[in-house]
Amino acid sequence: MPPGPPMDWFPLWLSLRVATISTALALAVGLWLAWILANRTFRGKEVLDAAVTLPLVLPPTVLGYYLLVLLGRASPIGHVYEWAFGGPLVFTWQAAVVASLFHSTPLLVKSSRAAFESVDRSYERAARNLGATELRLFWRVTLPLVRRSILAAAALAFARSLGDFGVTLMIAGNIPGRTQTVSIAIYDAVEGGNTATARILVIIISAVALAILTLANRITSNPFGPRQTVL
Amino acid sequence: MIQARIRKQYAAGRDSAGFSLDLEFSAAAGVTVLFGSSGAGKTLTLDCIAGFVRPDEGRILLDDQILFDGAAGVHLAPRSRHCGYVFQNYALFPHMTLRQNLEFAAERAPRLGRHRKVNEMLDKFHLTDVAGRRPYQLSGGQKQRCSIARALIGAARVLLLDEPGRGLDAPLRAEFYAVLRRVREEFGTPMLLVTHDTQECFTLADEMIVLRDGRAVQSGSPRKVFEQPANVDVARLLGLYNLLPVEIRSLDPGRNSSRLRYQDFELTGPYFPGKLIGDQVWLFVRPDQLSAAPRNGRPAFNQIPGTLLRMLEKPDGLRLEFSGDIAVEVPAGAPFASMDKYSGVKDWVVEFPSRDLRIL
Repeated sequence: MPPGPPMDWFPLWLSLRVATISTALALAVGLWLAWILANRTFRGKEVLDAAVTLPLVLPPTVLGYYLLVLLGRASPIGHVYEWAFGGPLVFTWQAAVVASLFHSTPLLVKSSRAAFESVDRSYERAARNLGATELRLFWRVTLPLVRRSILAAAALAFARSLGDFGVTLMIAGNIPGRTQTVSIAIYDAVEGGNTATARILVIIISAVALAILTLANRITSNPFGPRQTVL
Repeated sequence: MIQARIRKQYAAGRDSAGFSLDLEFSAAAGVTVLFGSSGAGKTLTLDCIAGFVRPDEGRILLDDQILFDGAAGVHLAPRSRHCGYVFQNYALFPHMTLRQNLEFAAERAPRLGRHRKVNEMLDKFHLTDVAGRRPYQLSGGQKQRCSIARALIGAARVLLLDEPGRGLDAPLRAEFYAVLRRVREEFGTPMLLVTHDTQECFTLADEMIVLRDGRAVQSGSPRKVFEQPANVDVARLLGLYNLLPVEIRSLDPGRNSSRLRYQDFELTGPYFPGKLIGDQVWLFVRPDQLSAAPRNGRPAFNQIPGTLLRMLEKPDGLRLEFSGDIAVEVPAGAPFASMDKYSGVKDWVVEFPSRDLRIL
């Protein structure tokens, strides 16, 4: 085998960084949205739920197009961002965070809403009855009760963020050393005939994803059931 | 002291009948039981008082505080109502130890006394030894004591108990009744308890309110209600009586007697003031007030022939069920109280004691 160029680990680190930040942001936004969807009744609630889920089913190009229009340098949001941070958002690694946010948030909202709705109402009633404010009820009762489901959903969202390709390509581009994430680097390597690099990255990403999903499964099982006795 | 006037309407849905609650009552110190079959609106009443459900109209007063006033638009949040709620499933937070459950509830008490208060409650309810355990590690009785302690610790001014005896076996029930009696003595907190269990009602209630289809049909001390149900519906709900449709054939105030016609038979009862000859009324009599014997020739005075359908063993005797919805309960030592000898006999006579007959 001819010696290829030296292995570039940047895409891997970038992907991990993007996935971590986007999962954290998705947790904040997703939990809030899921809480509202699970606890409030308002007109258009199911439309909101569908809209949040939409990115899961839309083609990446469609989503990427929307985001380019919405966040591009000519858009109001793009202007504000440029004014605040001194540079455009599109075609930076931060844009990659936004791209994966649109896939990790729906996953989190879906699972968290289901988790919130699965909490026995009497716990929430009991907490309110005992004088708890809504905030305290959320942090002290509801969230601890569903924390395993939420953690599992976050792991899933993280894994999904690692693998985003289409949307990232469209709004963050493919700038080696700046916005090139793992999935794009793999594409690049295959296109450039650099199979050794592609193979290593593919194996690493598969292993990481498998590990995360296994972890997610282990987290969800056995919430407050009887403690297992170890003899 | 609770004074409540509650109206709540649920429109009929595609596959559910509508329901309306229309209730006015007051509950002072001691135990007030809301008695009724399921679907009578008992739990809904508790939920309205606790603030989980907003009534359409009415007014709910706890001591001097208005919890709800439909006309004035007052609807306090559940957390500001100071109503301790003991849930049917106890609703102890499963991710907290028993002590943490109590601490959660004690957080509205002044910070300084919290710790001492929690310890005091654990001690009073015999929970100190298991304070570090999670609810799933506790027995049913411990969970129940904990949920009562938790409801009381936040200085509840009334205790709302939703079918607390349900799912407890006999010894646990007895233990639980003792706990409630102690709560009444030590804390003096008025209690509003929901049940459909006649025995529980009789054991615990100072006052009872009989609910049927969202309406209060009778209230008073259990003794009074049980002795003289307000109407045949209440009597049916209590489930303690033989109810026979009879017609008054004659009334004799001088000899304090009456004659009643039941199907083709005639029974002699006491004089019924305020009734007229020809009135169609319900005769009600408890199964243990009747006696039965295998039939031997013509039925004698105040006896009605009956076909034995079932003979059931009870802890303290036998229950005999006859055709025509008549049940007789005889104590263990009574004549013919033998399953082996008499369960095969079909033809019996049931004797009605004249002076125990009452009508509705």
